[in-house]
Amino acid sequence: MDQQVNTQDVLKVNGLTTYFFTRRGVVKAVDDVSFTVRAGETLAIVGESGCGKSITALSLMRLIPSPPGRTIAGTVMLDGTDLLQLSEPKMRQMRGNKISMIFQEPMTALNPLLTIGRQVAETLILHQNMSRQAAQARAVEMLKFVKIPEAEQRAREYPHQLSGGMRQRAMIAMALACNPRVLICDEPTTALDVTIQAQILELIVELQRNFGTAVILITHDLGVVAETAHRVIVMYAGRKVEEASAEELFHRPLHPYMNGLLGSIPRVGLTKRATASEHVALQEIPGIVPALNDLPIGCAFAPRCPNAGDKCRAAIPPFEEKLPGHFAACWHSDVGAKVPT
Amino acid sequence: MSNPPPVIEVTDLKKHFPIRKGLLRRLVGHVHAVDGVSFSIGQAETIAVVGESGCGKSTVGRTILRLIQPTAGTIKVNGTDITTLSRHEMRPYRRQMQIVFQDPFASLNPRMRADDIVGEPLMVHGIANKKERAEQVAELFVRVGLRPQQARNFPHEFSGGQRQRISIARALALNPKFIVADEPVSALDVSIQAQVLNLMVRLQRSEGLSYLFISHNLAVVEHIAHRVAVMYLGRIVEFADTADLFANPQHPYTEALLAAIPVPDPAMKRTRHIMQGDVPSPINPPLGCHFHPRCPIATERCRVEVPLLKPGADGRMVACHLR
Ligand SMILES: Nc1ncnc2c1ncn2[C@@H]1O[C@H](COP(=O)(O)OP(=O)(O)OP(=O)(O)O)[C@@H](O)[C@H]1O
Ligand SMILES: Nc1ncnc2c1ncn2[C@@H]1O[C@H](COP(=O)(O)OP(=O)(O)O)[C@@H](O)[C@H]1O
Ligand code: SF4
Ligand code: SF4
Ligand SMILES: [Mg+2]
Ligand SMILES: [Mg+2]
Repeated sequence: MDQQVNTQDVLKVNGLTTYFFTRRGVVKAVDDVSFTVRAGETLAIVGESGCGKSITALSLMRLIPSPPGRTIAGTVMLDGTDLLQLSEPKMRQMRGNKISMIFQEPMTALNPLLTIGRQVAETLILHQNMSRQAAQARAVEMLKFVKIPEAEQRAREYPHQLSGGMRQRAMIAMALACNPRVLICDEPTTALDVTIQAQILELIVELQRNFGTAVILITHDLGVVAETAHRVIVMYAGRKVEEASAEELFHRPLHPYMNGLLGSIPRVGLTKRATASEHVALQEIPGIVPALNDLPIGCAFAPRCPNAGDKCRAAIPPFEEKLPGHFAACWHSDVGAKVPT
Repeated sequence: MSNPPPVIEVTDLKKHFPIRKGLLRRLVGHVHAVDGVSFSIGQAETIAVVGESGCGKSTVGRTILRLIQPTAGTIKVNGTDITTLSRHEMRPYRRQMQIVFQDPFASLNPRMRADDIVGEPLMVHGIANKKERAEQVAELFVRVGLRPQQARNFPHEFSGGQRQRISIARALALNPKFIVADEPVSALDVSIQAQVLNLMVRLQRSEGLSYLFISHNLAVVEHIAHRVAVMYLGRIVEFADTADLFANPQHPYTEALLAAIPVPDPAMKRTRHIMQGDVPSPINPPLGCHFHPRCPIATERCRVEVPLLKPGADGRMVACHLR
């Protein structure tokens, strides 16, 4: 299925570590996370809320609120340049140009006082040295491109005049205006209806095909992952705990956390019951995600893990290749491996 | 007939919100949030209401509870018409009907301790003395799976799933017969979602509770509901047993909704038909069938004539000229 994925690595992240230094202690939001994204590839990052997905994305963009946050280690190589070493003015030339990001709530990224046409145009003027007139024309083209109906008219409207789906399209138009190498989508459809979600995901995939953009898709929706991602990394409590191709991960989850997540989602068509009133209980993952400023010693998942043993509570399991191309951080991944039914 | 009346029965329910503009607050139109909705809910039954944002799901739930006054129609509780009861007359019914909201943080008072939140309805209704109340609250904590040691904690000290358990415990305090659950798991992580859904099913079995379960997550709905009402712009367009609806959707809108659900299995990645366009404004909804601008099989008739919700072959209700 990876035919259209180029083998060229666009973004190489190594040992990324971002902590928040707060009065309640050090919050290890992202701890030693590494991954690579190739041109035309979609890498999904999944995990429960608070596990460090957004902070990973913001670290790549160098948008961590500081203080209290700081990226204290790692490299983020974009086409051979380490973004973490750039001066702030140099980084500003990258953002929205070579690496762009779209957010869950478009209103946070759009300026409520500017028409959406103007906002797309400003990006082009800033990065592509276009004249205002040329940029305005190109902005309308971009809005058409992301399938905003009556684009000329809509370009003159303000964000609050658009529906949620259209705002998300406008933000995508802005993010893609300069044809970036990497597009980070942080929960791009979480606030939208399934119908509009399907439209937006289709749009992202189509644009990616046309431009060969490397896409990082952050979501907690495993359905969205299965439909759009080539490769997936699973995060838990700030660390990467599993990585594999989407097919492999869904059919042979090795980490008990991923296995638990797959068991806990209701699936259309798969709810088996003899009569209408006979529910089959969903599999639960007991307990909750640990606080990142007070992580247990050893495996962070141990307090919720059915397979946890003494070793798990003593030392953090290494992230290893367990099967060809399939990595996991678990002392007993052989026990956790089972095909979900 | 010896059959007991349904726990809830609504007939031709309507809620039109006035829209006012300008300094003089001149009336310029109405939002037809709910526009003629009828259904009933039996004992220990879960009816789900699904549909896109703004189609009137929450308004149906709030109107049934008389949190907002309907514009027209009737609401019966165990056969008694409560549509026009006064505040005072409503009191015994209030106890039987409760609501659980989507956002477990916004709906809990941040300055109250968990046990006071859960016990407040008992106090408001003057039901138990202090000691009895403490006992009942402790029992409610156990029933929803909260640790009694956390009773004196504030909402922010709980996780999302635990906060939703507090909301459910509070809703259960007065031994209701009926609960409106408005997107009760939408704000929760999947692993926590499963905990809350399992709890709701367990409580339904042990207490014979009836639910109106409002959700936009169709997979969750298939899991929990006995029957499903699909709403579009204030009207029910299809109403069927859950299994029938998912196996064989009849209304083109139901088909489109089901087709849009992403399936958590990469092997089933499909080339699907994706419905285009947004939900039109409920202020000036399209004439005829509200769905016609997005319907792939619309005909001339659909643009002028409103399709009525009528029983189809297998007992389900569909509002479509062609189905
Ligand atoms: N108090 C109000 N005044 C005016 N219009 C309202 C009011 N409450 C709701 N509406 C409108 O009524 C329609 C239905 O709203 P409702 O909240 O019932 O939708 P919903 O189906 O619950 O949507 P969601 O999935 O977003 O929660 C919407 O168009 C909404 O804007
Ligand atoms: N400004 C901040 N100060 C302290 N901690 C923060 C801040 N922003 C985020 N965090 C913490 O970092 C962790 C990861 O957050 P985030 O990446 O937003 O999670 P998610 O996976 O839901 O996107 C969380 O525990 C969060 O509480
Ligand atoms: S290392 Fe141990 S506790 Fe952690 S996931 Fe594996 S089995 Fe569970
Ligand atoms: S009545 Fe017409 S427009 Fe409406 S759903 Fe049926 S076919 Fe489509
Ligand atoms: Mg996030
Ligand atoms: Mg609602």
